[in-house]
Amino acid sequence: MSDAESPSDEFEPIDVFEDEETPDLRPGADSCYKCSTCDTNCPVAEVDDDFPGPKFQGPEQWRLKRKEDTSVDSSISKCSNCMRCDSACPSDVPLSQMHNTARAEYVDEELSKTSLTYWRNRILANYRTSAFLASKMPRIANFAMNFGPARWAMEKTLGVTSERDFPAFATETFREWWEREGGADGSRERAREARERRGEDVDAEKKVAYFHGCYANYNTPEVGKAMVRVFEHFGYELVVPEQRCSGTPMFANGMLEDAERHAKVNVSSMGDLVTQGYDAIASCTSCSMALRQEYPELFDIDGIEDLAENTWEALEYLRVQEDLSGELSAAVVEDEDLAELAYHAPCHARNQGLDGQALELFEDLAGVDAEDVGDSCSGISGTYGWKEEKYETSMKIGEEMFDHMEEAEGEVGMTECPTCAMQMEHGTGYEIKHPLEVVESALI
Amino acid sequence: MAIEDDVLVVGGGVAGMTAALAAAETGASVRLVTKKQSTLRHASGLVDVLGYADGDLLADPFDAIDDLPADHPYAKVGVEAIRDGLARFDDVTGERYRGEHTDTNALLPTHGGAVKPTARYPASAAAGLASDDRDVLLVGFETLTDFDAPLAAEHLDAAGVPFASGAPRWPSRATPGRTRRSRATRTPSTATRTANRERLAAHVARVHEGEPRVGFPAVLGEDHPAEIRAALADALDADVFEVPMGPPSLPGIRLEYAYRDALGEAGVHVVRRPVVDYETDGDGRLTAAVVERNGQHVPHYADSFVLATGGLVGKGLDSDRGGVREPVFDCHVPHPADRYDWFVDDVYGEQPYPRFGVVVDDDLRPRDADGRIEFENLRAAGSVVGGHDFAAECSGTGVSLATGDAAGTAAGSDTQ
Repeated sequence: MSDAESPSDEFEPIDVFEDEETPDLRPGADSCYKCSTCDTNCPVAEVDDDFPGPKFQGPEQWRLKRKEDTSVDSSISKCSNCMRCDSACPSDVPLSQMHNTARAEYVDEELSKTSLTYWRNRILANYRTSAFLASKMPRIANFAMNFGPARWAMEKTLGVTSERDFPAFATETFREWWEREGGADGSRERAREARERRGEDVDAEKKVAYFHGCYANYNTPEVGKAMVRVFEHFGYELVVPEQRCSGTPMFANGMLEDAERHAKVNVSSMGDLVTQGYDAIASCTSCSMALRQEYPELFDIDGIEDLAENTWEALEYLRVQEDLSGELSAAVVEDEDLAELAYHAPCHARNQGLDGQALELFEDLAGVDAEDVGDSCSGISGTYGWKEEKYETSMKIGEEMFDHMEEAEGEVGMTECPTCAMQMEHGTGYEIKHPLEVVESALI
Repeated sequence: MAIEDDVLVVGGGVAGMTAALAAAETGASVRLVTKKQSTLRHASGLVDVLGYADGDLLADPFDAIDDLPADHPYAKVGVEAIRDGLARFDDVTGERYRGEHTDTNALLPTHGGAVKPTARYPASAAAGLASDDRDVLLVGFETLTDFDAPLAAEHLDAAGVPFASGAPRWPSRATPGRTRRSRATRTPSTATRTANRERLAAHVARVHEGEPRVGFPAVLGEDHPAEIRAALADALDADVFEVPMGPPSLPGIRLEYAYRDALGEAGVHVVRRPVVDYETDGDGRLTAAVVERNGQHVPHYADSFVLATGGLVGKGLDSDRGGVREPVFDCHVPHPADRYDWFVDDVYGEQPYPRFGVVVDDDLRPRDADGRIEFENLRAAGSVVGGHDFAAECSGTGVSLATGDAAGTAAGSDTQ
C-alpha cells in the first residue's frame, strides 16, 4: 500500500525477519543507493579486476542470498576486511558487518572443513595460539619459523607465503615483563608517585585496563612497555587483565565462532573492570576497532555495549583526558632515530577517526618530523598478505605506500598497526615505530 | 586539555572546506569534522553560480542576483561574497580549472547530453564547450553503461548545440581495459598507462573522421588527467576533453584532492566522524560539538562554529513522516505541518521541499521559529541554508562557495 493511497500517520513497518539471533541487515541493504563510492575506496578492487567490490559483497550479495538456491560467492574471501568502505559510504550502509557475516556463512557452508585452505586460514587466524607456543621457546621458534626448507614446505602444503620473514618472538613477553615490574601493585605505586610529582590528588581515580593484544605481548613488548610508562607518567595505574585475541584475524577469515569464544573472555574480563570504573585502552588500532565496533555488530554478549563505549585508543585517551599536546609541544626528542618518521595511518585507525592524530600530536614536538605517506592501504590486512595466493595482491596494494615512504625523508616508519608495520618493513626495510614509543621518548 | 580550536567546522563538502580555509586565513586554528568522506565524490566537478532564474537560462548570473527573493542565500551575503568565494575556489584549484576570465556562464555538455550553465569547469572539460561550433566525436566505452555516446549526441543535437549536428559514433570495441569505475581510479604504472592510451587511441582512430574535438567520459585518470589528454590529443590530432559523469566522479574526486591539499597547507585538522550532540554554556553560546568515535562521545571545543552539513541529499537535513529537522544543532527548519504540502504534483513545478533549510540572518547565523539567534557563535553555510533550489537554479556550488567563505571569515574573525 503506497503512502499516497492512504495518508495515515500510523505507519507500522512490517517485521520481516523474526530471527533475533542474526543481525537484520535489511535496513542497511535498503540504504544503499548504488553510488559506488565504496568501490572507489576498495584497495582490493583497485588492483584485482576479478574482485566485484564492496557494493556487491555487501548489499547486493545480501539481497541475492534471500533466494534459497543462492549461496555466498567465493569472492567474499578476497575482501581483506580493511573496512574502508564503512567510512566511505555516505548512506551508513554497514558494509563491513555485511562482509563479516557473509564471509562467516561462506566458510560455514561452502568451505570444506578438511581442506588445507580451511586449516591454513584457521591457523593464521589463531595467531595467538602459535605465538603462545612459540613464546615458550622464542629462540628456537625464531630460527625454525624462518628456516628456508620449512618455509618452502609451509608454502607448498599450507599456502603460507615464503616471501615474508616471520616476525621475531620476544625473548620475554610483555606479560612476563609486566609481572617482573610488579604487576598492578607496582603500577599503582608508580602512578601515585607520578600524581604526587604532577601536583595532582594522589588518591585520584585514574585507572585503566590495558588490552595489549597478541602482537605487543609476543612480538613487540617495547610497545606495551611504552604504553605502561606513558600512562604511568600521567598518573594512571594500569591493570593487565586476562585476555585472548581481539578477533580481528578471525573476522577476516570468516571464523566467527573462534572469534566469539575469544570475545567472551575479553568482554568478561575487560567488562568487569569497566563496571568498576576502569577505561579500556588498546595500543593496536585493530584491537580497539574490534572492541568498539565489530563486537557489538557481530555478537550478543552481556556487557558488550558497555565495553565498546568505554574502549579507547591509547593516544586518543590521553589527548582527551590530559594535556598531551601541551606536554609534547614543551618536550624534545633526542633519539636521532626518531628525527624523520614516515607515518602510515592504518585503515582501522582511519575508521575510528584517528588517521590525523599522530601527525597532529607531533606537529610541535621538537626533534621529530613526521610525514604522512598518503591515504593508501598498506595491503597486508593482517593475515591476508600471508596467504600465498594473496601475496601479490597485497604487495600491489602496498606499492603506493612503499613509494611514498621512499620519497619521505629518513628511513624510519611509524604506524599504530602491527601488521601494517610488518608490511612497511617488508616493502622498504625500514625500522617501524609505534607513536607511543615516540611519546615515551619525548616525555619519559 | 581536550581537543580545542578557535573554529570548528561541521561538514566536509565545498561549503565546509571553504569555510575552514577562510577561517584559517584570519589566523584562527581550525578543525573540520566530517561525517564521512566528502560528497564531492558524487559531484560532477562543474561549478555553477546561477544558471537559471524563473526557468530561464541566464547568460550572466551576476545580472540576476538583485532580483532574487530576500530569503535566498545570495541575497543574504551579497554579490561580493560570491566573488570572494569564487576567488578562493580559483586559489584552491589553480591550473586545474577554467572560467575565471569572465562572469558569463559557460555551457558544458553533460553525460546525459544536456548542457549545464557553469561558472567554472575543469580544464579537462574545456575543449567540450557547447558554444564552440567545431564538430565533435563522442566516444563511449561499451562496458561503461553510464555514458551512451550516440544517445548523448542525439540529446545535444535536440538541445540545439551546434556541434552535435555531426555524427558522433560509438567505437564498437573501444575498451581500454577499464571495465569498472573502481579501476578508473587506480594509479597504474607509467608503462601500463602509456600502453592503455596507445590502445585506446588506436581504437578511436578507426572511427575518427577528422573531427577537431574528441570527447570521452570523465574516466581519463585520477592523478594525471592532463598528461593522458595530451597524449590522446597528440595521437588523434584533435582536442580531447572529458564529459563530466555521475557518481562516483573522477572530476569530483580530483577536486576533493585539491581541497585536501589546500586544507593541509592551511593547517586545518580534519576528523572523519559524525557529530551527534553539542554542548552550550547555558547562555546562548555553543561550547562544543560532540563527536561520536565508534561508541565514544568526545567533545570538540571551539569558540566559533560553522554548520555546513549539506541539505536533504548530504544528510544535513533529516526528514521523516513527522517533519524536517537539522540534526546536528537542532536549528529551526520551517516547513508546512502537513507533509502533503511539502511538494506539488507537477514534478517539474515549483517544489517547496528543495528550499527547506535553516533560516539565517545577513551574518549567516541561524534563527529560531521566533526569529531569535539560535546560538551567538554558530553560522551556517551551503545546502543546509534554506531559500534556494540548487537543482532548478544550478546554484549549488556557488551558494556553498559564497556562504562558506562568508561564514568562515566571520567565524574566524570573531576569534581573533
